[in-house]
Amino acid sequence: MCVVCGCSNTGTSKPDSSPEVHPTTGDLHFGAGAARVSVPGLTQQRTIKIEEDVLGANNAVATQNRAHFAAHGVRALNLVSSPGSGKTTLLCATIHALKAHAPDVAVAVIEGDQQTSFDADRIRATGAPAIQVNTGKGCHLDAPMVAQAFAQLATHEHAHEHEHAHAHGHSHDDHHHHGHEHGHHTHAPQSLLFIENVGNLVCPALWDLGEEAKVAILSVTEGEDKPLKYPDMFAAAQLMILNKIDLLPHLSFDVTRCKDYARRVNPGITILELSATTGEGMQAWLDWLLDEPAHHHHHHAPDDARQTRIAQLEAELAQLKAEQA
Amino acid sequence: MHELSLAGGILKVLEQTRARDPFERVTHLRLEAGALCGVEISSLRFALQAIAPDTCLEGAHIDIDEPPGSAWCLPCGQSVAILTRLDPCPLCSGHQLQPTGGTELRVVDMQVV
Repeated sequence: MCVVCGCSNTGTSKPDSSPEVHPTTGDLHFGAGAARVSVPGLTQQRTIKIEEDVLGANNAVATQNRAHFAAHGVRALNLVSSPGSGKTTLLCATIHALKAHAPDVAVAVIEGDQQTSFDADRIRATGAPAIQVNTGKGCHLDAPMVAQAFAQLATHEHAHEHEHAHAHGHSHDDHHHHGHEHGHHTHAPQSLLFIENVGNLVCPALWDLGEEAKVAILSVTEGEDKPLKYPDMFAAAQLMILNKIDLLPHLSFDVTRCKDYARRVNPGITILELSATTGEGMQAWLDWLLDEPAHHHHHHAPDDARQTRIAQLEAELAQLKAEQA
Repeated sequence: MHELSLAGGILKVLEQTRARDPFERVTHLRLEAGALCGVEISSLRFALQAIAPDTCLEGAHIDIDEPPGSAWCLPCGQSVAILTRLDPCPLCSGHQLQPTGGTELRVVDMQVV
C-alpha cells in the first residue's frame, strides 16, 4: 500500500482528488493540453514517492570503487584533516618508510586540492605515482572523482596487465577475460592507495569514496578540542593520527584530553601518536597499514549493517523483557 | 558549504525521477535531514533556493523534516535520545554511544504538476 495516500496502487503516483485524471494512463504526463488548460475543479497535482538517499548516487559509485579496490588487492585509505596538519609530509615519510620496510607493497596517491599540483609533485618526487585532482570550487572529493583518478593510476594498469597475463596464461580460450574474481589477491594488501582529501574537517565526512577507512590527522599545533569542534569527521574516522608530536614540548597541548575528546565522539577510534619529521611513532602506523585485512574486517561493515544489527539486538532485548514481564 | 553539493544531488534525484515519470514542475518537496546527518538545515534550504531558478524546483515549497537523534548506549544497554554527537548519555552521562537514528538524509516525496 502506498504510504503517502493510502491507495493500493503499487506505482509511484497517486490520483488526486479529480477522478478524471488518472496518473497511470500516461495522458497526464505527456498530454499537451491537460496540464496547461485551466479547468475549474480539476487539479492535476500528484505525489511522487521517492524515498531516495541524497548521497545515493555517490554511494553507488563508492560501492563500485570498493569492489574495484578489493579486486585489485588495494587497501584504500581516505586521509582527512584540516589544511596544514601535515598530511602530505606524513605521506612522503610513509612512502619512504614503506620502501625500506615493505618494498613489495606498491603505493599510490590520489591528491585532492582545490587548486595546484604542488602536493602531487611532492609525492611524485618520492617515486610513487600520484594523480592530482583539483576540485575547483569543490570542498571535498567525491566517489566519481576517485573512480576517474584510480583509472589513471599506473598501479591500476599494472594490476590489469597482471590480470591479462594471468588470463592468457591459464585460459587461452577466453582472450577477453577481465573478470574481478581474483583468487590470488586474498591476503595482505598488494598495494596501498592513499586518498588525500581536500583539507577540510567538515564536508569530506559525508562523502564515501569507497575507502576501507577514513584516517583523520590532527596536528598538535591545532588544539586538543578539534574532535569536539568537528565531531562528524572524528565520528566517521577509524583511525586518528596525532601528528607533529615532536613539537609537544613547545606547546600547551593536552594529549590525554585530546584522546578523551576523540573517544567521546567515537568510542571505537584507534589513536596513534607520531611525528612525520622525526619518525617517532612511524612503526605503529606502518604496522596498522600493513595489518592483515582480517583485522580490519569489522571496519568493512557499513554503518547501515551495524545499525541493523543494533536494531535486531534491541528487538531481541525488548522481546526478552516482554517474556519476563 | 557542502549543502550546495547536496542540493545539486537532490536536484539530480528529482530530474532522474522526471525522466522516468515526466511532470512539469515540483510544487512541494519533502526532505528528511536527521539531527546527526551533518547538514545545516538553513544552509540546505538556502542552497536549494539558490539552484532552483530555471529548474523543475523553481517556486517549489520545501519541507525539511528533522528526525531526532538516537543512540545505543553500551553501558546502559538501551536506546537513548541525543541532540548532537557530543551529547552524553542522558541516563549514565557516559559517551559510549553509537548513533542509531537521525543520520538519514533523504528525498522523501514530492508533489508535482
